[in-house]
Amino acid sequence: MNDMEKVNIKINGMELSVPAGVTILEAARMANIEIPTLCYMKEKNEIGACRMCVVEVIGARALVAACVYPVFEGMQVFTNTEKVRKSRKTTLQLLLSNHDKKCLSCTRSGNCELQKLCNDYGVDDENYFDGEQPKYELDLSTPHLVRDNNKCILCRRCVAACKEQFVAVIGTNNRGFDSSIGCAFEKDLNDVPCISCGQCIVNCPTGALREKDQCDEVLAAIADPEKFVIVQTAPSIKATLGECFGMPIGTNVEGKMVAALKRLNFDKVFNTDFSADLTIVEEANELVERVQNGGVLPMITSCSPGWVKFCEFYYPELIPHLSSCKSPQQMAGAIFKTWYAQKNNIDPKNIVSVSIMPCTAKKFEIGRDDQSAAGLPDVDIVLTTRELARLIKRAGLDFVNLPDEDFDPTLGLGTGAGTIFGATGGVMEAALRTAVDTLTGEDVKEVVYNEVRGTDGIKEAVYKGVGGLDVKVAVASGLSNAKVLMDKIKDGTADYQFIEIMCCPGGCVNGGGQPIQPASVRSFTDLKALRAKALYDQDAAKELRKSHQSPIMERLYKEFLGKPGSEKAHHILHTSYVKREK
Amino acid sequence: MFRSNVLVCGGTGCTSSHSDKIADKLEEEIKANGLEFEVNVIRTGCFGLCELGPIVVVYPEGSFYSRVTVEDIPELVSEHLLKGRILKRLLFQETLAEDTIKSLAETDFYKKQKRIALHNCGVINPEVIEEYIAMDGYQALGKVLTEMTPEQVIQVIKDSGLRGRGGGGFPTGVKWELAAKPQSDQKYVCCNADEGDPGAFMDRSLLEGDPHSILEAMAIAGYAIGASQGYIYVRAEYPIAVKRLEIAIKQAREYGLLGENIFDTGFNFDIDLRLGAGAFVCGEETALLTSIEGKRGEPHPRPPFPAIKGLFGKPTILNNVETYANITQIILNGADWFKSMGTEKSKGTKVFALGGKIKHTGLVEVPMGTTLREIVEEIGGGIPNGKKFKAAQTGGPSGGCISYENFDIPIDYNNLIDIGSMMGSGGLIVMDETSCMVDIAKFFLEFTVDESCGKCTPCRVGTKRLLEILTKITEGKATMEDLDKLESLCYYIKENSLCGLGQTAPNPVLSTLKCFKDEYLAHIVDKKCPAGVCKSLLSYVIDPAKCKGCSLCSRVCPVSAISGEIKKPFVIDQSKCIKCGTCMDKCKFNAIEKK
Repeated sequence: MNDMEKVNIKINGMELSVPAGVTILEAARMANIEIPTLCYMKEKNEIGACRMCVVEVIGARALVAACVYPVFEGMQVFTNTEKVRKSRKTTLQLLLSNHDKKCLSCTRSGNCELQKLCNDYGVDDENYFDGEQPKYELDLSTPHLVRDNNKCILCRRCVAACKEQFVAVIGTNNRGFDSSIGCAFEKDLNDVPCISCGQCIVNCPTGALREKDQCDEVLAAIADPEKFVIVQTAPSIKATLGECFGMPIGTNVEGKMVAALKRLNFDKVFNTDFSADLTIVEEANELVERVQNGGVLPMITSCSPGWVKFCEFYYPELIPHLSSCKSPQQMAGAIFKTWYAQKNNIDPKNIVSVSIMPCTAKKFEIGRDDQSAAGLPDVDIVLTTRELARLIKRAGLDFVNLPDEDFDPTLGLGTGAGTIFGATGGVMEAALRTAVDTLTGEDVKEVVYNEVRGTDGIKEAVYKGVGGLDVKVAVASGLSNAKVLMDKIKDGTADYQFIEIMCCPGGCVNGGGQPIQPASVRSFTDLKALRAKALYDQDAAKELRKSHQSPIMERLYKEFLGKPGSEKAHHILHTSYVKREK
Repeated sequence: MFRSNVLVCGGTGCTSSHSDKIADKLEEEIKANGLEFEVNVIRTGCFGLCELGPIVVVYPEGSFYSRVTVEDIPELVSEHLLKGRILKRLLFQETLAEDTIKSLAETDFYKKQKRIALHNCGVINPEVIEEYIAMDGYQALGKVLTEMTPEQVIQVIKDSGLRGRGGGGFPTGVKWELAAKPQSDQKYVCCNADEGDPGAFMDRSLLEGDPHSILEAMAIAGYAIGASQGYIYVRAEYPIAVKRLEIAIKQAREYGLLGENIFDTGFNFDIDLRLGAGAFVCGEETALLTSIEGKRGEPHPRPPFPAIKGLFGKPTILNNVETYANITQIILNGADWFKSMGTEKSKGTKVFALGGKIKHTGLVEVPMGTTLREIVEEIGGGIPNGKKFKAAQTGGPSGGCISYENFDIPIDYNNLIDIGSMMGSGGLIVMDETSCMVDIAKFFLEFTVDESCGKCTPCRVGTKRLLEILTKITEGKATMEDLDKLESLCYYIKENSLCGLGQTAPNPVLSTLKCFKDEYLAHIVDKKCPAGVCKSLLSYVIDPAKCKGCSLCSRVCPVSAISGEIKKPFVIDQSKCIKCGTCMDKCKFNAIEKK
C-alpha cells in the first residue's frame, strides 16, 4: 500500500484524511477517538471476534468491527450512537453471563480490561443474562502459571501470543458455548511443550491467566527469624516496576525499588546486574575457548530460561551450541549460598534466596537439575515484577514518594553492561564490550554498539578486524525470530560466532512477568523501546560500563573462583541441558 | 441395445431403503430368466419422490414403481420384463389411469416442475461418464474453451441473471468477474457441498445423480477467472456423493476433461475433494476456505472478500452445488433461455427439499416465482391426515416461517426476505396446526447453538441465552420482560455477529414472533401451548364420566402416575405425570384428554 495514498472519510461528522488501508479503529485514533476493544492486538490478533469495537458505517448491512474493517473513500462512520453503545453494553453483559465475576479476589481487579469497559459502559446488572455457566477446573500443573477459564472471555489473545512465540500449545477446544481455551485434547499445560514464557499472561485482558503467586512464601520467610532472606532484582525490574504505581512507562525506579525492598525487611538487597557481569566474564571466556579449541559455534546465550526450554524442546540437536553458563539469576543465587555464606558465616541452609524477575520461566528455571552449587537450590523463590508490586502495596508503602536508596554493598554493584541485559541486544553489547577489550588488549573507549540495539526481531552485525578477527554476531528476540536463526544453523548458513537470544519479543523488558499494560497501550505504544530506554540511559550515566572492569569480578575470582572457566567456576556457575520430548 | 431399461434409484434415500439390494436382485433375476442381453439395469440418481422410495422405473413404458422391496423383484421381472404385463399393484398410484398409465410428467408431482439443475438426476447412471456425455455432457466446456473468451463466459453468466443458490443470492456472474480481475499466480474455484441445513438434501442429490455437471461447471468457472485448481468441499456424511465424485473425477481425468491441456486448448484444470467433518459453520464461505486450508473451520471477517483474497490468500470463487448445476445449461442454451424463467429479480429455477407435514416429501425443482400454495398443495400433495396448513419454514436455521397469509406470494429471493425469511439453500419444511411455533423456533435455535463455532461473542453466548429464554417460554416460566429481552437480543445478534451463521440465527425467532406472536403470548400469559406440544404446559386428565375403570391406563403408565379402583374412574397424579401420552393412546373409551 502506498503510504502517501489518502482517503477522505467522516467519523462522527468530522472530516478526516487518513492513509488508505488503515482500519476504522486506527483512523479513529487519529481523530482522538478510542474505540473499545477486547480481542484486538495490532498485527497479532486481528480477528474481529469480541465485537466490542462495533461501529455504524453508512450503507453497511449491519454494525461492523472497527478493528478489522478498512476505510474507503467517502466512508461515513459513527462510533458513539445509541445503537453502538447499546450493542457494546449487551456484548459486555453477555460476556459477564459466562464469567465468574469474582472481582474482589481477582489479581487483575483494577487492571482488567473487561472490568474497565463494564464501568465505562454503565453495566449496572452483571446478572442481566442469567443462565448456564460452565465451571472450569483451574490448570495449576506448571510451576509458573494458573489458567482460570472461569474468567476467560475467549478473546484468543493468549493463543496469538503463544503462536507468535512459535510454541502454539494452546488453542480453542470444542465449539460454540462449550468452547474453551486450552491445550489440545485438554491436556495439562505441563504435559505439552510450553516454554513458560508467560507471554500469554501479559496479553490476557482479564484474570484468566496469571502467574503462580508466591508472595506469601516470601513474607513467611521474612517473618522467620531463622532465615536470612536475600533478594536480587533483575536488570529490567527498575525500568518497569513504576508502571504498577501509575508512573509513566520507562521510568527508572531503581532507588525507590531498593528502598521498598529494604522496608519489606529483606536481610540483603542485591542486584542481579552484578551476576550479569559475572555471566559476561564466564561466557566471554567460554566463547574464546570454543574459538581457540574448535568448539561448537556459533555459541548461543543461555540467560533466558524460556529460550533454553524452547531449544531443549524444539531444537534439541542444537543444545551443544548453548553456552553452559547459568543465567545471571542462578549465578547470583549460587554465589549467595557459597561465597557470600562462607564470608559471612551463614549456614547456606538458612539462606532464602529470592529473586525479582521479569519472567515466569524463572519460576521454572529454579527447579531445573544442575542448578544447586551449594547442594541446595541456588534460588528458592522467584517473584515477578507484578508480585513485587503486590508486596509493596500490601506493606502500605507509598512507593512513588519513597526516597532513593542504594543496593547493599558488594553484590549490589553492577556495571552498565549488566544493566542493559534487560533489553534485546543488551547481552550481546555487554559481551562485545568485554570481547573487544580482550581481543585488542586495550581499554576501548567506544562502548556503544548501535547495530545490536533496537527492537527489531533479528539483528546482525559484523565487527571487522577486532584484534585481527572478524566478529560476526546475531541477536534475536521472540522465538519466531529465534527459529529463523536456528534453522540457519541447521542448514549450515549461520556463520556467526555468537548469538544472543531472548525468549520474549524485545527481551526481558517485555517479559511474561512484567506489569500488564492493556492492549490499547500494547498496540499503539512501543512499550519495549520505552522500557529499554530507561536501561540504556542508566548505562550511559554510569562510570563503569564494562563487566570485566567491575571491582566485584576481580574480588570474586581472586578470593574464590580462581579464574574464568576454572573448575570451581564450572562447578558453581555452569550447568547442563536435557533433550525434552515434545 | 436393450429392449428394456430398468432404472433403480441410487440416491441416499432409496439406498437407505435397500435400493442397492433391489438392483442386485434385479440383475440376478434377469440373468436367471436369461434376459441379461435384453434388459439393462441402471442405477441412477434421485427421482425426487423420496417418500415413495425405493423407486424403480421401467422404460420404454415409463412404469413408475414405488415402495419396491427385494421380495417384489421376482414378480416384477417375470410379469413385466418377461411377460410384458405392467405390475399395477406396485405402480405409483397417481400414474394409474383407467386402461393405461399416465406418464410421470402428467402427475401432479412432476407437472409443475421444471428440471434444469436436476435434468440428469434419475436419468443417467452417474458412475458412467459416457452416459453424461451422451446427454451433451462436456459440450459446454468444449464450447467455452474453443469458442468463447473468459470475458464472454462471464458476460453470459451475468446476463442470465443466475444468483447464488446457497442462500445469499449474490449474482454469480458478478462474483466471477470480481475474481477474474486481480492478477495472481494462482486462483481457485471452490464448490460448497457442505449442505448442513436440517432437512435439506438438494446438493447431495445433485452430486449423487449428476456429478459430472458440477465438475464441468467448475472447469468453466476456472477458465472464466483464470484458475487451474478446484476444490469440492463435501460433507463426509455424504458417502455416496463422495464416492461418485471420486469416480467422476477419475473418469474425467482419464478422458482428458480434467487435468492438463483440456480439449487441446492449453487450458489446465484439476479438482480435488476435501471432506468436511460435519460442522455447519463450514458452509459459511470464509470458514469453508479456512477448513480447506487445514485449519479449524471458523469464519473470519470480510473484507477482504474471497474473490480478492480467498483460499491460501489467493483470489477464489466459491459457489454452491446447485449454482454450478445451472452453468452448463446456461452455456448451451444461452442467457435468454435462462432469463425467460423466473421472476424479475430471480431467474431460472430453484430446487427445494420438501419435508415435514406434507404428503410427498422429496426433491422438487420449480421455476422461481412458483407460489408456496402450488408447491405444498399441488406438487407436494397437501397436508396429510386432513390437517390444516399453518406455516412453512424455508432457509433452515437461517430462515424463517411463512404463514398462511403469504401462501400465494411468488417465491423468489426478494419476496422471501421481504416476509422475514430467506431462500437459504432450499429446505422447505411444512407445518400443520399441530406444530407449536415457539417450539419450532426453539428447535432451530438448538441447532444453531450446537453449531456455533464460538468465535464471536454474540453468537457464542447470545444464541445460548436466546435459547434459554425460549426454553423458559415453552416451560411457562417466562414473563413479558423476557419477551422484550428475547426480541432485543435477537436484533442485537443479527447486527453484531461476525458471520452469516450468527447474523441469521435469530431469524426463526423473529419470523415466528412476527407471524405468531399470539402463540408466544399464550405461553407467557395464559401458560398454555395452543398446539399442545410444549409438555410443561400440558396436563392429561381423565374424564370421570367416560372412564370405565378398566385400569389399562395405569398399567401402561411408565411412571405409575395413574391409580384408582377397578370399575371406578381413575386419576392421574399430575406431580408424577411425565406427559408421554401413552395413557391417552391406549384408552379405549377416549376418556383421557390433553389440556
